[in-house]
Amino acid sequence: MEHIGLTAKDLSVHYGDRPAVKKVSLDFAAKQVTALIGPSGCGKSTFLRSLNRMNDLIPNCKVTGEIWIRDKNINSPSTDVVSLRQKIGMVWQRPNPFHKSIYENIAFGPRYHGIKNKKALDEIVEQSLKKAALWEETKDRLNNSALALSGGQQQRLCIARSIAVKPDIILMDEPASALDPVSTSKIEELIADLKRDYCIVIVTHNMQQAARVSDKTAFFLTGEVMEYDLTQNIFTNPQRQETSDYITGRFG
Amino acid sequence: MVKRMELDHGLQEMTQLLIDMGNRVEKALVESMEALKNGDVETSKRIVKSDSELNQIEEKISEIGAKLIATQQPVAKDLRRILIAFKISSDLERMGDLSVDVAKVVIRLDGQTLIKPLIDLPRMAELVAIMIQESLQSYVDENVDLAYKSAKDDDQVDALYSQIIRELFALMVENPKTVGQAMLLSFVGRYIERIADHATNIAESVVYLMTGKRPDLNQ
Repeated sequence: MEHIGLTAKDLSVHYGDRPAVKKVSLDFAAKQVTALIGPSGCGKSTFLRSLNRMNDLIPNCKVTGEIWIRDKNINSPSTDVVSLRQKIGMVWQRPNPFHKSIYENIAFGPRYHGIKNKKALDEIVEQSLKKAALWEETKDRLNNSALALSGGQQQRLCIARSIAVKPDIILMDEPASALDPVSTSKIEELIADLKRDYCIVIVTHNMQQAARVSDKTAFFLTGEVMEYDLTQNIFTNPQRQETSDYITGRFG
Repeated sequence: MVKRMELDHGLQEMTQLLIDMGNRVEKALVESMEALKNGDVETSKRIVKSDSELNQIEEKISEIGAKLIATQQPVAKDLRRILIAFKISSDLERMGDLSVDVAKVVIRLDGQTLIKPLIDLPRMAELVAIMIQESLQSYVDENVDLAYKSAKDDDQVDALYSQIIRELFALMVENPKTVGQAMLLSFVGRYIERIADHATNIAESVVYLMTGKRPDLNQ
């Protein structure tokens, strides 16, 4: 399996005339977890959503700049956003399984992308659930509704669903903020496992979570990246006062 | 800037306890040297006895720091402040032990007439007392320049120590009957020299607090 990273170059996002992200350039390495932190409204989620062109769906939202995967700038009109979102998966704050069975939630994406063979789909479902650490809990009830799962299980199902289409990059927008501590811990373990195969970018408001799960951290403030460094450096010896004020809880 | 009452209060309490420890250590050093000059066994016994108070303060600093880490999740400078409080309190505790060692020498000498007038040992002790004051002041004021300055004083202490050892060695060669006491006095020089090294460690901690870098000032 080839390991792919992602590079944003001078990425700006405007809602109408209002700039939400201002010329942000960041490199996300393969097999690494990068955390995006910052106060509400700093542009980190907007930035994250731009990475797989989800902001295309918002009226008045204009994204300029470049997003490079391999040798392709995906922030260009010629990009097929459906196949792009296959390569760059997204996990949201609240688990959003389809109103279908556990099996169908996972099989939906691969089937949409052309895999019709039942045996191949079975294999993908099993492997995806295993990778998302959900197989043991669900293997005997794959045909049950996904909505019957707990919140934490639903979130792992959503992660399994994004894995099923074989992405290179997984974006996560506060994936554990709606979960209890036990489920949060499982998601964090899962992130640590998944980074062996994927480039992961995670937005989180939970400083300790960022410190626990990520290799690098970017601190956003008013649409700009104030500081981007190894997570250990950010949390022990940040170079900017704004970063220090934010992570020590003295911001405001 | 937003205040974090619990965390800030805990950090201030740790700082106060460190200052208290520092004052006690400096007092123990000055008094033990005075006791050595005067052959004052009673004062020395009191110094030995009071060391347990220093240990208790060190434990208290550990407890507060552990509680803050567990409940407040400090990071960056807040975290470094707690880490160095552990380190500084441990250094001060050792400095207290070494002052006690000086007092124990006084007890062992038990009022013997000294083989030579004490000149350089008290000078060393005075210099080290200043190092203790300055290193702690640099901590309180977050003053990196003062931290470096106090560490620099260690060179003078080392030079004095070498001189004392040379003199005591000459005395021992000249008159073997002095060996017992000369050995004890050279130990005193060694104890004070070690106290200065710990004061230098405190200065290093202050540089780490302010810059996140760990210099080696004990060279």
